Amino acid sequence: MEFFFISMLNGLSYGLLLFMLSSGLTLIFSMMGVLNFAHASFYMIGAYIGYTLNSVLGFWVALLVAPFLVGILGATFERLCLRRVHKFGHVPELLVTFGLSYIVLEVVQLVWGRTAVEFAPPPALQGPAFTLVQNSLNGLSLVWGAAAPELCSAADAAVRVVCSPFPATRGFMMLVALMMMVGLWLLLKRTRVGLVIQAALTHPEAVEALGHNVPRVFMMVFGVGTGLAGLAGVIGGSTFVTEPAMAATVGSVIFVVVVVGGMGSLAGAFLASVLIGVVQTFAVAFDSSLVSLMQGWGWQLSSALQNNSVLKLTLSQVAPILPYLFLVLILIFRPKGLLGTRET
Amino acid sequence: MALTKTHYEFKPYNVARWLIWSLFTLLLVVLPLVFTSNLSVTMLTQMGVAMIACLSYNMLLGQGGMLSFGHAVYTGLGSYIAMHALNAASNGSVNIPVTLIPLVGGVGGMFFAILFGYVTTRKSGTTFAMITMGMGELVFAMSLMFSEFFGGEAGVSGNRVIGQAFWGITYGPPVQVYYLTAAYTLVCVALMYAFTRTPLGRILNAVRDNPERVEFIGYNTQHVRYLSFIIAGFFAGIAGGLAAVNFEIVTAEVVGAGRSGAYLLFTFLGGATFFFGPLIGAVLMVLAFVLLSEFTKAWLLYLGLVFLFMVMFAPGGIASLIMMNLRLAAFGRLRQMWVAYVGLAVTALMALAGAAAMIEMVYHLQLNAALGPELKFAGVGLNAESLNSWFGSAFVMLTGLGLFELARRQYVHDWDETQVFIEKEIKRREAL
Repeated sequence: MEFFFISMLNGLSYGLLLFMLSSGLTLIFSMMGVLNFAHASFYMIGAYIGYTLNSVLGFWVALLVAPFLVGILGATFERLCLRRVHKFGHVPELLVTFGLSYIVLEVVQLVWGRTAVEFAPPPALQGPAFTLVQNSLNGLSLVWGAAAPELCSAADAAVRVVCSPFPATRGFMMLVALMMMVGLWLLLKRTRVGLVIQAALTHPEAVEALGHNVPRVFMMVFGVGTGLAGLAGVIGGSTFVTEPAMAATVGSVIFVVVVVGGMGSLAGAFLASVLIGVVQTFAVAFDSSLVSLMQGWGWQLSSALQNNSVLKLTLSQVAPILPYLFLVLILIFRPKGLLGTRET
Repeated sequence: MALTKTHYEFKPYNVARWLIWSLFTLLLVVLPLVFTSNLSVTMLTQMGVAMIACLSYNMLLGQGGMLSFGHAVYTGLGSYIAMHALNAASNGSVNIPVTLIPLVGGVGGMFFAILFGYVTTRKSGTTFAMITMGMGELVFAMSLMFSEFFGGEAGVSGNRVIGQAFWGITYGPPVQVYYLTAAYTLVCVALMYAFTRTPLGRILNAVRDNPERVEFIGYNTQHVRYLSFIIAGFFAGIAGGLAAVNFEIVTAEVVGAGRSGAYLLFTFLGGATFFFGPLIGAVLMVLAFVLLSEFTKAWLLYLGLVFLFMVMFAPGGIASLIMMNLRLAAFGRLRQMWVAYVGLAVTALMALAGAAAMIEMVYHLQLNAALGPELKFAGVGLNAESLNSWFGSAFVMLTGLGLFELARRQYVHDWDETQVFIEKEIKRREAL
């Protein structure tokens, strides 16, 4: 039971991190029609800038300033490069961001080195947020913070006690992601700026005719989208590892999220992020394979079958490909994505 | 239905086409006689392989408007199939001559294109790009799971010198592998050129330009994309099979995202809008991977920058630049432009030298700090920790940039003038 709770929370927090990334990607895509291939690169820049600011000004300043700096970088890139190729169509736009991802990777390695850097969360976030104590006598109980050692060990050997801590960084990650989601929703639905953005999405000419500067709106959206990636970077970088490979690890998964959720649908991106986060986290935790499953059903298997490389694969080994398998299945059975509305 | 001609049709020989193809053949035959060292022969072989791979990629990107991030899946799986076929042949369990091993790779690539293409080609445009990327990741992740087929970390290796020598051909010496590759390259390039002239190739261009209209005239765009994808997969597989025969080892990185990205990058750099563009891209790819990566640690940075500027300022690639200047030459105006070109080249080189010196110094500080701050760049000794070197490099770069801007303005002025002249000349000729 406590395993289920902790895995669920871990999965949710990972899913919410994915949503922080995919929301920016979706926002940019649905506004400008540009698939920002370098989105995960901005995530990585956010982590590295956060790391540098963290060592100079402290974590909380880094959390506020790094996304802002990343957003400015994103807006500058839009103004200088992306706007120039806008007239050539969507494929060159995608290619420009593809080229950027190469450059960012090299520049990051140039400035911060090729190995992982030590980006530790602040003392307030180190250690567990709460601990679930499973006691075979008293049942399940929850202790805020780390559980006292005497709670986790029973005097009587017959009593089984399991303590499962939930890291505070992951709780903080969930909190920030939820706040960001609410903030984004309020910005889009309840403010004048959001109104202009929504209008520019479907009727750019009409919005321009009303006197709004649509290219500047695009620049701002790109800046905000990349800034959100930067925010995710500071949090993700301090929770997981800050290394040059971090962009590639998360990059392809967020593209899967965007396609599975439905291109350009924020709600779909949310659903798909959480789904993929939870499924992947649970899959990693299970060590069962088809062989053990069939033996569990009481089937007699020959030794050749037991050593079959496909049947022998455990669920945790298959975990890395699950998002992509999910993508293929969605495309076959529901081509427009979970909550998508566009057919192509 | 037999078509009988009722009248005589005058069809002149397309002299230019014959000339170009003969030249290409001649080049393929003569090159290893000129560059005889072992390194250059292997590089030439790799160029031949890369040409087939990039052209097959361009069948998707240039002719079909399908931006694929997972083309290495088909070259890579082709490589694996070919390698397993080669090993089976050397065991004696099947009887395939080494000469036909690349074809086996081609069939393998085609098989996987049939399998995966059914899903990927359901969409076009941006979604297609993302799905191909997902497919690439899927196959790469699988390569680490199924070690029987993919050979795990070590990969699968084999030996291409098997069976009896036929007319003295054992494929032991690299030159023989080169000529095998050259033969395949010539045939594949010709076939892929022929493909652009078939009805399918033509309707593929239409699908790229205006899918809605193609649907109107009764074609299924998804079907057209799927068929072309399968054919591209076949040629990609042949390239993979040739690579397997050349290297005699296949590792999991051949299906990786890095390889797919390289195909995209260099096909685009060469020029996706012209048939011969990817050939230039393939040559550049091998040069960059083999020579540039030896020359400087920062080569990926340079590559990314070149690519970015190419997309922004010359989206037709190098091929389009060549064709624009050929047009100039055809109207006899190239001579007036050469001063501007020399000016551009000299000033750009100056700016680049300054920028490159600074990049090299940063890399030196980052990677070779233990070796001391001195480094040599293009024959000039630099000290990465002294202000003089930094000031000098920055000065060279800024001066170069300033002069480049001046040269660029002159060039743009000249260019516009010649274009106006050419437009007028065309009008005048039409009026005649």
